[in-house]
Amino acid sequence: MEREYTLAAIVENKSGVLAHIAGLFSGRGFNIKELSVGETENPEYSRMTIVVKGDDQIVEQIKKQLNRFIDVLKVYDLSNVPSVHREIILIKVKAQAAMRAEIFQVAEIFKGKVVDIWHDTLTLEVTGTEGKIEALIDLMRPYGIVEIARTGRVSISRGITRKGGKKNE
Amino acid sequence: MKLSGAQAVVEILHREKVTTIFGIPGGVVIPLFDALYGDKSIRLIVTKHEQGAVHAADGYARSTGKPGVVLVTSGPGATNIVTGIATAYMDSIPMVALTGQVPTSIIGNDAFQEADITGITRPITKHSYIVKDPKELPEVMKRAFFIATTGRPGPVLVDLPKDILTAEIEFEYPDKVSIPGYNPAVKGHPGQIKKAMDAIAKAERPLLYAGGGIIASDASEELTRFVKTTGIPVTLTLMGLGAFPGAEPEFLGMLGMHGTKSANYAVDRCDLLIAVGVRFDDRITGKLSMFAPNAKFIHVDVDPASINKSVIIDIPVLGDAKHVLREMNKSAHRLEIAEWTREIEQWKTEHPLTYGNDDDILRPQYVVEQIYKVTNGEAIITTEVGQNQMWTAQFYKFARPRQLITSGGLGTMGYGLPAAIGAQLAHPDATVFDIAGDGSIQMNIQEMATISQHNLPIKIAILNNGYLGMVRQWQEFFFGRRYSATCLKRDGRCPGVCDNPGKDCPPYVPDFVRLAEAYFAVGMRVQKKEDVEPALREALKVKKPVLIDFLVSPEENVTPMVPAGAPLKTMISSVEDAQRYLLA
Repeated sequence: MEREYTLAAIVENKSGVLAHIAGLFSGRGFNIKELSVGETENPEYSRMTIVVKGDDQIVEQIKKQLNRFIDVLKVYDLSNVPSVHREIILIKVKAQAAMRAEIFQVAEIFKGKVVDIWHDTLTLEVTGTEGKIEALIDLMRPYGIVEIARTGRVSISRGITRKGGKKNE
Repeated sequence: MKLSGAQAVVEILHREKVTTIFGIPGGVVIPLFDALYGDKSIRLIVTKHEQGAVHAADGYARSTGKPGVVLVTSGPGATNIVTGIATAYMDSIPMVALTGQVPTSIIGNDAFQEADITGITRPITKHSYIVKDPKELPEVMKRAFFIATTGRPGPVLVDLPKDILTAEIEFEYPDKVSIPGYNPAVKGHPGQIKKAMDAIAKAERPLLYAGGGIIASDASEELTRFVKTTGIPVTLTLMGLGAFPGAEPEFLGMLGMHGTKSANYAVDRCDLLIAVGVRFDDRITGKLSMFAPNAKFIHVDVDPASINKSVIIDIPVLGDAKHVLREMNKSAHRLEIAEWTREIEQWKTEHPLTYGNDDDILRPQYVVEQIYKVTNGEAIITTEVGQNQMWTAQFYKFARPRQLITSGGLGTMGYGLPAAIGAQLAHPDATVFDIAGDGSIQMNIQEMATISQHNLPIKIAILNNGYLGMVRQWQEFFFGRRYSATCLKRDGRCPGVCDNPGKDCPPYVPDFVRLAEAYFAVGMRVQKKEDVEPALREALKVKKPVLIDFLVSPEENVTPMVPAGAPLKTMISSVEDAQRYLLA
């Protein structure tokens, strides 16, 4: 059955690694939905959160293919372990002075911040799960969305132990 | 000790016990060739084209098990080895490819002869490195050799910018490397091995399906012992031929698209398929959902990504084939499967590989059989790709691993001639034959010069049918005999549509005999069946390269054949069979 899977990969923080991994997805016809990359606690390594669509067999194959790469240290599957998933959106909406208060209120409910304001627009920053972000976009639509920037998901497992599979397991 | 980057590379090649490298110099790698100048322990074989060099390195690797080393310049030198790297990658062949690169200061500037070769080769190498700091050079080279030769072997590319080659470094070579992201499994899990052995003990119709992994892990002896102990019949992939002696009674021949009927029927009928060092390639399985429909699957492989890739495996055993088979041998015993082996014997008797051998027509299969005969089945055989390759696989009974050297996964035409160079250099006393087609040999025919210059006594047998034969066969079977673009005699005067070259056509293009002579090799032409054996014997006597142009029956087909995407038991042997298959 096709669904979404969230994988986290610890990779070497070197040029070419992102291209390598992106190439795996295009070359083998895997479907990548979201990808975010950032340095880890150790600057030699980066962490990629990869959201993919597929069934169990395809995702098993993706994990194995990722593990084959020399520049990939570990792959965690966060799909079936308790995890925290977050995404940041910056959303710029049309906001004449009269509408601002209303939008501020929505931002507050979403625990968001106004990060920029101009004569007829304002930009909100909101952090949350995909569902929350989608709900915000839905609510902003009537005001007129000018521009959206989303980070894609970053995910981490809950608790101290790292779960989700080690290399060569 | 202080060395230049180029001297360090040469010193590393010494320490890695590399004795033969293949390549062509060019602008940015002059320092490296300079460091090799006059080197006493490294033989540098300069080919005529970089593709020849990389296939020769591959042939060297396949015939020895040691990594093949190729050294070329940046830009076109590097892009010319791309096909050879992909060839090695698909067949898991250990190789270290060293490419020159423009100086680091101008990388990215579209400099003269600049190409992003690490980027280009990333999907077709086990790993690719670019050295950007001269201090990293020894460590990167050590890693390259380690990665190429361990686990599931494969090609590793190291891109060497010119300024790295000229920089001075304090040289220290690590004894070993540890790479955090790389721990190839070696030992199989005892629990999984036990599960596999339990399933084998219970099976009524077990079948071994083994491949290139046996050869890569040097597990031929263990496989043979396992078969001889248990009595389980064995079929091999193209890449596995020679892993089990081809003349032994337990051997069913190759399976898959051009496999034997007995092998494919056995796959269809077996209740347990023991797959070792194989990857369930589409040319093996045919229609995937109908592959071994009655069987449970055991899969032994060193590459986790090969397991469950296309077929769901019941008992996976992750590990090196040699180790796992050795463990399996400890508890192996004779199986009571007489009924099953009788069934198989009957298929073997009823459906041997055949061809029309009762007339005077010179057929390609006959030539291969005669090569088998005159070489006592002991020659190292390289092939090109297509019909010549399949006839070789069918009619030369390979007795030992590393005896057949052929491009399986990528199916690279033009592979066989340069690969023969690598094999002959590694085995100077062996008889090395390139069994070729007149189409594919022309893709790297320039390496005849390399062969002559090193006086390599390679024998080249061209099965000359005037066609790109395998494509022509598909056109005959599945495209209503519309021979689009497959006639090698076709020229500007030919009509747009022609399926029958006539008297006005040249008898052959080119004149391979004169071509051989132009390269200072011996050329012969054979047109009659009775001349085949004497010509081959004559060729073997000559301690020089010999090319024999066999003008064979042009429209001979490789049979049996499983049409692409059909279940394995659907085997066709004629145009009429193909018609019935297409209509069904």
